[in-house]
Parts: sequence; structure tokens; C-alpha cells
Amino acid sequence: MLRLQFSDYESLRKHGEQTYPHECCGVLLGRFVDGVNEVEEIVAAGNTRTDSAHNRYQIAPVELIRIQRQARAKSLDIVGFYHSHPDHPAQWSATDIAEAHWLGCSYVITRVAHGKSDVTNSFLLRGTSEEDKSFEDEPIEIMMAVATSTK
Amino acid sequence: MTIHIPTPLRVYTNGQGSVPVTGATVADALEALVTAHPGLRANLFNADGKLRSFVNVYLNDEDVRYLELKEDSPTTPDDELTIIPSIAGGR
Repeated sequence: MLRLQFSDYESLRKHGEQTYPHECCGVLLGRFVDGVNEVEEIVAAGNTRTDSAHNRYQIAPVELIRIQRQARAKSLDIVGFYHSHPDHPAQWSATDIAEAHWLGCSYVITRVAHGKSDVTNSFLLRGTSEEDKSFEDEPIEIMMAVATSTK
Repeated sequence: MTIHIPTPLRVYTNGQGSVPVTGATVADALEALVTAHPGLRANLFNADGKLRSFVNVYLNDEDVRYLELKEDSPTTPDDELTIIPSIAGGR
């Protein structure tokens, strides 16, 4: 299961609208807790696939290292990634599975239809190696912020 | 020196996110890492002993593939190696 705050869920969906008709991408930072990928923070990343940004994404490794350093300073880990599918279903593609290498991480995909985000799905990359990896549908639990009283 | 391990590979390092190793070069350090944690070898290297194409290795902020000496680049005890699988895809 993937668990994240509503504000982060909205942010990653909005990112897909901002980059439409190109794919957006970003990183989910958090913790692995009892089989749940708990997101504490999302980090928007640049899409280096400017040659084909409408149907491909790639995060520059050097940006990923910077993000990972930030995470380490906060005692967080990379627990997943997100990207958008402009005018295409929120399902993983052959390219997505071929290029997915972070076993145990969540891969969130949002369909952006005519510039508006609609369906968002998450897929857990299961397996022990490149040879047996597979995507599994993963429930998303969205946490609403709890109002605090000043009384 | 320290090698930073990405989350999916920590299952092979007893959960450690950073592993201290000794090695005069990047190649030495990686060999020390997989010797200490043998489960990593098949995940990092192909059958020919080359780094898998999707495995990026950075010496501090430099991609080892683009260093003049590549994996033979010398290292110091203060250096950090980061293993970072690529992130890519698309519809």
C-alpha cells in the first residue's frame, strides 16, 4: 500500500497539469513501515527526455543524488516515483516496466486528459531481480490533514 | 570511503544505507562492496562483469562513466560513491 497526504497527492497531480502535454516526474520520499510505503514528502523533478517529453520521462541521476542527499539529511528514503501519462491511461506501459529498477518502490501514474488530471494509480514494483520483476496494483491511502485547535 | 546504497538493494546489505569500504579505485571499492555483500553482485554487474546499463555510479558528484579513468579512477578515504539505478519510463 502507498500512503500519502492529500496535499502531496494533489501536488503530484497538479504537476502533471503544469507540464501537459509533456510527462512530469518526481520522487516520493518517506519510509517503509510494515509493508506500507509511507510518503512524507514529494519532490518534483525535471524531465530530461526533452527529445520525446510527450511520452517519455527520465530523471537525471545527478538530480536524483541531490534528492537522495536531502532525504538522508531528514532520515527519509526514496520510497517511490511519480509520472504522468498525457492523454493516455494511468496504467504502466511496456516502457515503464522495462525502465523500472527500484524493487519495492511505488510507481504512481496519473492520466492527464486534455490538460486535467483524472485517474491516478499506483503500482508496486515486486520481485527480487531484473529477471523476475513485475508491477502489482497497489492501493493508495490518502490522509486528510487533521485540523488543530488553538483553544 | 563510503558507498551509498539505494533502497531496493539494502536487502543485500542487512538494511544498511551506507557501507564503509576500502579501495584505491572505484573498481576496487565496488569489488570490496560485493565481496562483503555477495547478493549485490548480480544486481550491479552483468555476466561479463560490467556494470548493468541502468546502474549509475557517482564518485561524489561525478558520473564514473564520464571520468577519464572511469572505474579505474582513484579514490580517497573521504570520497563517497553513490549507486543510483536509473529512473525512466513513459506511456
